[in-house]
Amino acid sequence: MAALVSIEELTIAPLDQPSLKLVNNVSFAIQSGKTTCVVGESGSGKSLTALSVMGLLSNQLKRQHGKILFQGQDLTLLSAEKMREIRGRQIGMIFQEPMTSLNPVLTVGYQIGESLSVHLGLKGDALKKKVAELLEQVGIPASRANSYPDELSGGQRQRVMIAMSIACEPALLIADEPTTALDVTVQAQILSLLDKLKASMNMGMLLITHDFGVVADVADHVVVMFRGEIVEAGTVNQVLNKPKHPYTKALLDCVPDAEGKKLLKPIDYAWLKDSKSKKVKVAS
Amino acid sequence: MSEFILKARDLNKFYTQRSGRFGFGTKIVKALDNVNLDLRHAQTLAVVGESGSGKSTLARCLLQLQPLDGGSVFFQGRDLADLPAVELRKQRRHLQMIFQDPFASLNPRMNVGEIVSEGLLIHGLGDRDERYQKTKHMLERVGLRESDMKKYPHEFSGGQRQRIGIARALVLSPKVVVCDEPVSALDVSIQAQILLLLKELQKEMSLSYIFITHDLRVVRHIADEVAVMYQGKIIENGNIADIYQSPKEEYTRNLLSAIPGQKQRIASFKSRVILES
Repeated sequence: MAALVSIEELTIAPLDQPSLKLVNNVSFAIQSGKTTCVVGESGSGKSLTALSVMGLLSNQLKRQHGKILFQGQDLTLLSAEKMREIRGRQIGMIFQEPMTSLNPVLTVGYQIGESLSVHLGLKGDALKKKVAELLEQVGIPASRANSYPDELSGGQRQRVMIAMSIACEPALLIADEPTTALDVTVQAQILSLLDKLKASMNMGMLLITHDFGVVADVADHVVVMFRGEIVEAGTVNQVLNKPKHPYTKALLDCVPDAEGKKLLKPIDYAWLKDSKSKKVKVAS
Repeated sequence: MSEFILKARDLNKFYTQRSGRFGFGTKIVKALDNVNLDLRHAQTLAVVGESGSGKSTLARCLLQLQPLDGGSVFFQGRDLADLPAVELRKQRRHLQMIFQDPFASLNPRMNVGEIVSEGLLIHGLGDRDERYQKTKHMLERVGLRESDMKKYPHEFSGGQRQRIGIARALVLSPKVVVCDEPVSALDVSIQAQILLLLKELQKEMSLSYIFITHDLRVVRHIADEVAVMYQGKIIENGNIADIYQSPKEEYTRNLLSAIPGQKQRIASFKSRVILES
């Protein structure tokens, strides 16, 4: 099966410091109906990778090299206008902080409807009906369409974000730490909602996270990033249960388990540096 | 010395909230509703709950950083609210706090040496040289260097700043330390370092921790006892192993089943019945 998205040799650096590779030669693929999780610590380049797929890289940064193939076409070659047509229509996005990504002076119904009217040309009652459907789909009563973001709880706001992102039934959903700001019970609800939507709409999902618990719950494939590079990639079972790279092993050793049996072991970065030569070749 | 170093009895704290049209009405929110806690000497009591459950209010009320609307906090058998202000201030060196956000809780205009030694200065402990030595020793203990004393908070990473926060709390050799989400802003790798550091320091200095968190995986690793808070009440408490193996309350069961990393749970996770009520 051809991949929905395939990122090839992506390299990103700041404009004024071309030698500082924030993302270095990153390649991986996302399949339709599957979830690919990118895991790493802060500064590992995982969010930059996601942003460049959406074409939302800050203009202080430059993509020096690499292709992003989406359904066969190279997104990096598209004009800003063409990219705008794809963004929101074929690629949906969810961000970490729902409050900062929603407009506080517009009702959530309006914000969900916005992409429908822009991309699909829906108007009037048809638009209202679709918005109501979307809200029901993410588990919010349709009557809340007239609420403002501050009238909703954190979990509900994130559901609104999800409704916005799936409004045009995108082929790819990018979620950058969608549950980091939420309570565990709400997190579990949101993750299971995303999982359900992914299956019913056959979406490919790119999920950025630093939580291995989340990875174990929803991922099909896992990409582990460290200092801008992919150190390991594979199926969730391979990476979590039989990690090959010392960094992946070390990172897994840091995660507290629910049973409390495991001894926590912080990462010894000095040792990692030495072992960098033992880099495991990534096959995806 | 009694087995319990800190006891809280019937703590109550209310907030009034404007409500209704134009905020003419008032609504009373019970942030703490008859809360009782017992912290054993040199042990860790974790307080868990979701946002809005009152756990951070509890942290501040225990340390008398916020006035209570009812109830008493007994530290080594003495009611803190009954102490004269001067005496309370003296006791404060034994009651310290580590904050969640290592970016917001350090004064950007003070260098690390000043931040960590400020408590010693305020409590009049030692002369200039002794204070310097103590500060230096404490910083080295938490993994920083003497040369770091001249640096300012912005020069450090999140994990290092949390170490500074820990040094600031512990340089006074306190007896009780309230940790309010000390690792939730950190990466897992750094989180593991800080948790281990806190455990080591507890042993060395026989500290008693109140550990406020929403992360049940972290609790399992650090706590001896756990109290589950929901809407200002402690609905269940006890030994950590008992609570995790056989939670009595529906709410606790729900909370435990929401811990990520249990694959089978995601398919069967029911919407939270009691939580929405």
